[in-house]
Amino acid sequence: MKGRNATQRDFINGLLFSSPWILGFLAFSVYPLISSLYYSLTKFNAVTAPQWVGLDNYKDIFSDPLVWKSLGNTLFMAFVSTPINLFVALLLASIVCADFKGRGFVRTAFFLPSVIPMVAATMVWIWMFDPTYGYINNVLSWFGISGPAWLMDAHYTKWALVLMGTWNTGTMMLVCMSALQSVPRSYYESAEIDGAGKVARFFYITVPCIAHVLVYQAILSTINAFQYFQQVYIIISANAGVKGGSAAGGPENSILMYPLYVFHNAFTYLKMGKASAMAWLLFIIVAILTVFMTKVTRKVTENAGGE
Amino acid sequence: MKNSISKVLFFALVALLALIFISPFMVMVLTSFKTNNDAFTIPVKLFPRVWVKENYPAAFAAIPYFKYMGNTVFITAISLIGQLLVTPMVAYSLVKIKWKGADIISGLVMATMMIPITVTMVPLYKIYSKLGLTNTYIPLILPAFFGKAYYIVIVRQFFAGIPNSLIEAGKIDGATEFQRYYKIALPLCKPVLTTIGIYAFLDAWSDYLYPLIFITKPGMYTLSLGLQQYMSEYSVDWARLMAAAVVFVLPVIVCFAVFQKNFVEGIATSGLKA
Repeated sequence: MKGRNATQRDFINGLLFSSPWILGFLAFSVYPLISSLYYSLTKFNAVTAPQWVGLDNYKDIFSDPLVWKSLGNTLFMAFVSTPINLFVALLLASIVCADFKGRGFVRTAFFLPSVIPMVAATMVWIWMFDPTYGYINNVLSWFGISGPAWLMDAHYTKWALVLMGTWNTGTMMLVCMSALQSVPRSYYESAEIDGAGKVARFFYITVPCIAHVLVYQAILSTINAFQYFQQVYIIISANAGVKGGSAAGGPENSILMYPLYVFHNAFTYLKMGKASAMAWLLFIIVAILTVFMTKVTRKVTENAGGE
Repeated sequence: MKNSISKVLFFALVALLALIFISPFMVMVLTSFKTNNDAFTIPVKLFPRVWVKENYPAAFAAIPYFKYMGNTVFITAISLIGQLLVTPMVAYSLVKIKWKGADIISGLVMATMMIPITVTMVPLYKIYSKLGLTNTYIPLILPAFFGKAYYIVIVRQFFAGIPNSLIEAGKIDGATEFQRYYKIALPLCKPVLTTIGIYAFLDAWSDYLYPLIFITKPGMYTLSLGLQQYMSEYSVDWARLMAAAVVFVLPVIVCFAVFQKNFVEGIATSGLKA
């Protein structure tokens, strides 16, 4: 139907319209990715030119205990924080899906934390986690619990981060909410006629209907956990200021996240080659997770017979 | 009877959760009206023992607060313009122009969302510093003019919902592609442009990592970097810091209050379908 000229014209138009993004893609994604791979095989700081060292950086990574420590911390965030966040988000979503007075206010209260600039939010939490003057330990003391030192105690630092994370599940809640609302009413009605209780309805109707969304969110949250570091950077700088020290990874390096260690290697220790090698390792992990996410989400969607 | 008990329990749970979720905001605001001594007195009280407003002027005086705010406003405004200019154009080309590249580019757009900034930051830093562009706002602003994947996905989703016939009507009148885009498609996507406009505002206003990497001259700090200056001493003046944070957060809350509907829609469409 379309003439050759029209096809050609469409091609040129398409290319022109998307050209800003294509240029940006080359400049801000392709170029950095490739040069990062090259840098990972060199040794350099911000000033000197890169010097070829082969696989030395990678050998260095595998023998550096802090790399493993930081990877462990990041894995903790990925696999402990993610299920908790998903649970909280689903709970909040079910609440705001119910019909009650003040529902709009409650939804706002649950979602608002997600739009607050991360720096400001993190600072409030540092203050609330203060072992002596913070609100959290004071509220705990009402119940006779003497709270831990949270961000100052290596046993609790990561749990403090997990707690902070649950406060920030508003986006996930909204996604779960619109998934819940897309479950056809009639399913519930016929189940109710068949005598299914609330719990049974939740597990046999709700969960399968929104499984593809839950899986997608779970993996997305795992991927995000591999990028988690600005919060810990702020926490550590704040505590370092207070203690006059310069602990790079928090108490006993308990919140030295992998990306934070990359950042320190690059901009604090100026080992940019090593930082690049670490970054590439991270890139490979995230790439594998992404492919996995795409495959699993598709499979779950097909099984649910949806879309 | 049983029904009303469970109703009360439900309400109690919801009220408790809502209280927990807004408590950090209350802590922020209420601490900003305390004297620093009050904040460091046991037992800790939620409300100030004496209400003072000195923390606000003191916070603005302790660091060049309004200079940082000016810097932040400048970066935010320019980024916003860039995103609004480029995003709809790219999104349009992905669903409303029939060409071979559309599917490939759509896939690549999705893929770039997964590239960790940890990987790109060293090369970007290297090239910007080579060009003498660190300690300028170029590294912070420039990406906005090349379209951000997340926004493109949202607008693309919106365009996909507009019937082709609406736009093709322009073809008969002999309009060029750009005229069809500019005169027909663009006015239609005003609501979704509001949505990404808000996201772009928020992202630029709150950005921490890019300023951290590229801006080291204190005079050029943005607010998110500047806030840390209250903390770099041996002790933190929390009352002042919270006052500074309140003013930093306020525009965001106002924006959210006005555009709440757009927020919700943007996330609902992109989160589900992306």
